[in-house]
Amino acid sequence: MHALAVEQLRKVYRSGFEALKGVDLSVEEGDFFALLGPNGAGKSTLIGIVTSLVNKTAGRVAVFGHDLDREPEAVKASLGVVPQEFNFNLFLPVEEVVVNQAGYFGIPRREARRRAEFFLKKLDLWERRRSEMRLLSGGMKRRLMIARALVHRPKLLILDEPTAGVDIEIRRAMWDYLRELNAEGTTIILTTHYLEEAESLCRNIAMIDQGRISAVAETQTLLAGLDIETFVLNLTAPLAGAPGLDGFTLTQLDDTTLEAQLHRGQSLNDLFAALRSVGIEVASMRNKQNRLEQLFLEMVDRGRGAAAAQAA
Amino acid sequence: MSVQYGPDLQRWYRYWITFSTLLQKEVMRFSRIWVQTILPSAITTTLYFVIFGRLIGDRIGSMDGFPYMDFIVPGLALMAVITNAYSNVVSSFYSSKFSRYVEELLVSPAPAWVILAGYVAGGVARGVTVGIVVMLVAMFFTDVSPHSWPITLLVFVLTALLFALGGFINAVFANSFDDISIVPTFVLAPLTYLGGVFYSIDLLPDVWQWLSLLNPVLYMVNAFRYGLLGTTDIPLLMAFVIIVLFIGVFAVVSLRLLERGVGIKQ
Repeated sequence: MHALAVEQLRKVYRSGFEALKGVDLSVEEGDFFALLGPNGAGKSTLIGIVTSLVNKTAGRVAVFGHDLDREPEAVKASLGVVPQEFNFNLFLPVEEVVVNQAGYFGIPRREARRRAEFFLKKLDLWERRRSEMRLLSGGMKRRLMIARALVHRPKLLILDEPTAGVDIEIRRAMWDYLRELNAEGTTIILTTHYLEEAESLCRNIAMIDQGRISAVAETQTLLAGLDIETFVLNLTAPLAGAPGLDGFTLTQLDDTTLEAQLHRGQSLNDLFAALRSVGIEVASMRNKQNRLEQLFLEMVDRGRGAAAAQAA
Repeated sequence: MSVQYGPDLQRWYRYWITFSTLLQKEVMRFSRIWVQTILPSAITTTLYFVIFGRLIGDRIGSMDGFPYMDFIVPGLALMAVITNAYSNVVSSFYSSKFSRYVEELLVSPAPAWVILAGYVAGGVARGVTVGIVVMLVAMFFTDVSPHSWPITLLVFVLTALLFALGGFINAVFANSFDDISIVPTFVLAPLTYLGGVFYSIDLLPDVWQWLSLLNPVLYMVNAFRYGLLGTTDIPLLMAFVIIVLFIGVFAVVSLRLLERGVGIKQ
């Protein structure tokens, strides 16, 4: 069953800006799905419509088979959302935020308190349960938004930039928890600017740009489609200039550093062998760009090029 | 385990929990800041009784056969109910819009009418609480005791309900904190002061009497005055019809605004 099915979704804001231009998208139950796109691509509008925070102009949204127009209560009961921006009453204590949210979903007070304790402990916030929201750090607020979104135990969790502004240690802990939730059966959709996050967590990815879905595929399939990968090579000895090697594009960054671009089908072993043949030894190496990021930029360029050609 | 939905009884129980959560949150909000929400009306009313009741009232003499201080008790109490029911909802709902935590409710399965009922009940709770405080102050200065308890209580609650709905509509359209003080200053205060709080409309020239009849507050003040003192400038039934009519219109407008997401959804 589809956890989320979106058909021909359109959104035109009052200003006349068309944020979504007929989006079709489906996410399978149990999936860990990433929605990627540049700023203004339509990600937050899409999530806003699915979570009833934005009114759609046209199209259809269904969550676990429930139509948003006909069965809004069933749709909302299945959904948990972690928005991009903080949306708290800053003067409420942490625990009350979670307990009240449970109450809004019709969970009795005693059960709400029990669940709040469970999720606040799980997200390492229990010690701060009596603190007012405004006294929490950014990372704590992000974790609290996750606790709040989970308190009614949704089957589909949607996270809009969940780790923005969160330090690496907390981000890793949040990733672990999201993996755990997904393993327990919660379908997860996230948008992120940290493409490493999507590459590390998500099984499937949709790319959205200028209000249209430009690609949907398994993460590994998308990565396999990469044309070029760029590596930075640290050399054992300084060089006077970048060597010319057939089939490889090399650029010298400084005396002991080269940048190498490998096309699909070329292997690192071939590159190392070619370098060794001209007397260059590699001491260490790193991938210059996140692979998904590179793919994303390629796809955006391709999509915009096609749109420009169509317009001409 | 997810919350199960389906059977009517279960759904109504869920609505009840949502409503009571909202009401509890609202009551906690105005109780926590009681110095700003409850005490001011008690102080203002005390000043009214001291100045208009004792110092000036003694020179005015009687009004509709009652000592002036007794005559103004219903109006002052109702003024406090109106102001507090209105300002509780307008400030609470506007704050939730401004800080975007209204989204906590919008993503929940609670229907619009339950959300509206929760906010309005919070306003009614504050209006009635402050009204009771004002009545306690009045009992210190006067010997007024209700002529009819049911009518007194009914007008108290209906007035709070009407102005809580008014506060909600104001909050929906407000775009800044300044906007939430415009209506109380330029609409509510004139309507209340000209609604027969301090005088009987029989004292006014015919034209002004006729114009006063267009003021909904007049009906509430007079119905409440009947409840407390047993006297009114307006037939009681007409007063209740007008109050209920306004409540109906305001409720329908509020609900439509919330369902369409005016001011809260893009």
